[in-house]
Amino acid sequence: MKIVVCVKQVIDSEAKIQIKDDQLSWGESPMVLNPFDEYAVEAALQLKERYGAEVIVLSIGGPEDTEGLRRAMAMGAESAILISDPAYEHNDQLATSSVIAKAIQKIGSVDVVLFGRQTLDHGSGLTSPQVARMLGIPFLGLAGKIEIDNDRVSIERILEESKLIVSSSIPAVISVVQSIGEPRYPSFMGIRKAAKADIPIWNNDAINGEVPQPKNIHLSYIEPTKKDGKCEMINGNSPIETAQLLVKRVLEAKVL
Amino acid sequence: MKCWAYIEIDSNGINQNSFEAIGLASKFGDACAIILGDKADSFAQPAFEYGAKEVVLSADPSLRDFQAEVFASTISDAVKAHQPDLIIFSNTFRNNELAAMLSVDLNCSVISNITDLQLEEGSLVATRPIFEGKAFERIKISSNTSIITIRNRAFDPPIRTACDAGPILQILPSGIGLSKIENSFDVEKGVSLSSAKVIVSAGRGITNNSKMANDDQGSAKIGLDLVKALADELGGAVGASRAIVDGGYLPYSHQVGQTGKVVAPDLYISAGISGSIQHIVGMRSSKVVVSINKDPEATIFEVSNFGIVGDLFDYLPLLIEEFHKALH
Repeated sequence: MKIVVCVKQVIDSEAKIQIKDDQLSWGESPMVLNPFDEYAVEAALQLKERYGAEVIVLSIGGPEDTEGLRRAMAMGAESAILISDPAYEHNDQLATSSVIAKAIQKIGSVDVVLFGRQTLDHGSGLTSPQVARMLGIPFLGLAGKIEIDNDRVSIERILEESKLIVSSSIPAVISVVQSIGEPRYPSFMGIRKAAKADIPIWNNDAINGEVPQPKNIHLSYIEPTKKDGKCEMINGNSPIETAQLLVKRVLEAKVL
Repeated sequence: MKCWAYIEIDSNGINQNSFEAIGLASKFGDACAIILGDKADSFAQPAFEYGAKEVVLSADPSLRDFQAEVFASTISDAVKAHQPDLIIFSNTFRNNELAAMLSVDLNCSVISNITDLQLEEGSLVATRPIFEGKAFERIKISSNTSIITIRNRAFDPPIRTACDAGPILQILPSGIGLSKIENSFDVEKGVSLSSAKVIVSAGRGITNNSKMANDDQGSAKIGLDLVKALADELGGAVGASRAIVDGGYLPYSHQVGQTGKVVAPDLYISAGISGSIQHIVGMRSSKVVVSINKDPEATIFEVSNFGIVGDLFDYLPLLIEEFHKALH
């Protein structure tokens, strides 16, 4: 079985983002494997242990953006591919998905394509269903469990108000959520192997891509509106009085 | 501008956030609601009452369960036939799948989770949070048809007004589902986090009742009962930090934060949550935040409007009682 896990490297969650002259900066914070994608890598490795599989990680980014791929390799993926081409700089959502779909076609005979639910940075959550639709294969979203039986795959789909068991033929695109289990830590050997790994870079010619006209055009970045004022600590003479004061303040805020 | 608003039907009927889509559509022209489902026709009247001037619907037994491929093909046929400029979805998991597939079929712009939409010099400009709400991006849409999904509770729902039904256009389902639902279980009924006006969330503190040393399970049970009772008193939903979900005290569907749900209620009450960045990104857009924590240095107070430094096991019963008195 051949599994491709699509991953992205992102700015660490703890980073403070600053905007200056419409450029984003994040200080010294490291780039990390998108936390949502760690679950997808974990899912791939679980499938490999249960059914035997080759696990390939695929990413799109700048020519140096290999940190996320190396982390996934250190966890246990066999190989990695980075798609990078200056022509993709202004790619929007749909354009990026079409590049990923082309690369998956080039890899060939892929049985399962895994994604995290969304990325931490732009977080559209649209990429995996778009890629499935472009490839014309089933999409199984929000999987908390994945099982494979011959040529069918079934997942436990975790929705807000319900859980579904959904199945489809293979190949299929699957997005993975946290319930799959805690992502494993890379082994020391894994880290060494990943650090030395030669990661091929595929450009637009390599995947026979076309550079689509973006339909979404970036205008600007803006700061979020800050909560005005500090936290008002409620401190009455007794717990009952504190509770009464708090209820009074909440009612004054007119949110009930 | 011709604007369509998608009305999502789930096991509880119309997803309430769908009305926010009608509200936004009405700002840019006459809103047309599009409804798919085996009983779609029974939801046309509420759509009119929330401001739709027209309804496009497909009521067919094959649409009983959500199947992204079939729903996308059905809508894309209707879009090709009627050429709306804008199609608005509320930002739910199902709707994002649908919007994504639809954008492929129509080869058009799609932007998810937007918090603002303006018409500037003839073009639509959308604003959406990036980096978990640490920044926002403004994006110009240059596409004849465009698809957006709107962040839950970012746009005001219209006020329901009794009215007669308007024109209804019936369409046929199309496309083939590529997956099969083998089984389904309702996790639980109750107020959903995404549409809740009030959320009371439990954190690790509920496992630390000082009167029940070394009994995390017993403590959590009492703590959760208190959190649920306060949520019930306020007509709200129960949320949780990741620690509580990982500990198996509440199902994943209750998790607020980075890998759970991003919520924006009018009132968010946190009990025993210290406030990791991963939790804070999930609730920082709430209008008013109240936090109860034993630790005066807890980070959660930095994003709270009101705080009580104290034991949730002391304060939750008092708050349940005081809110009850004040609201009845």
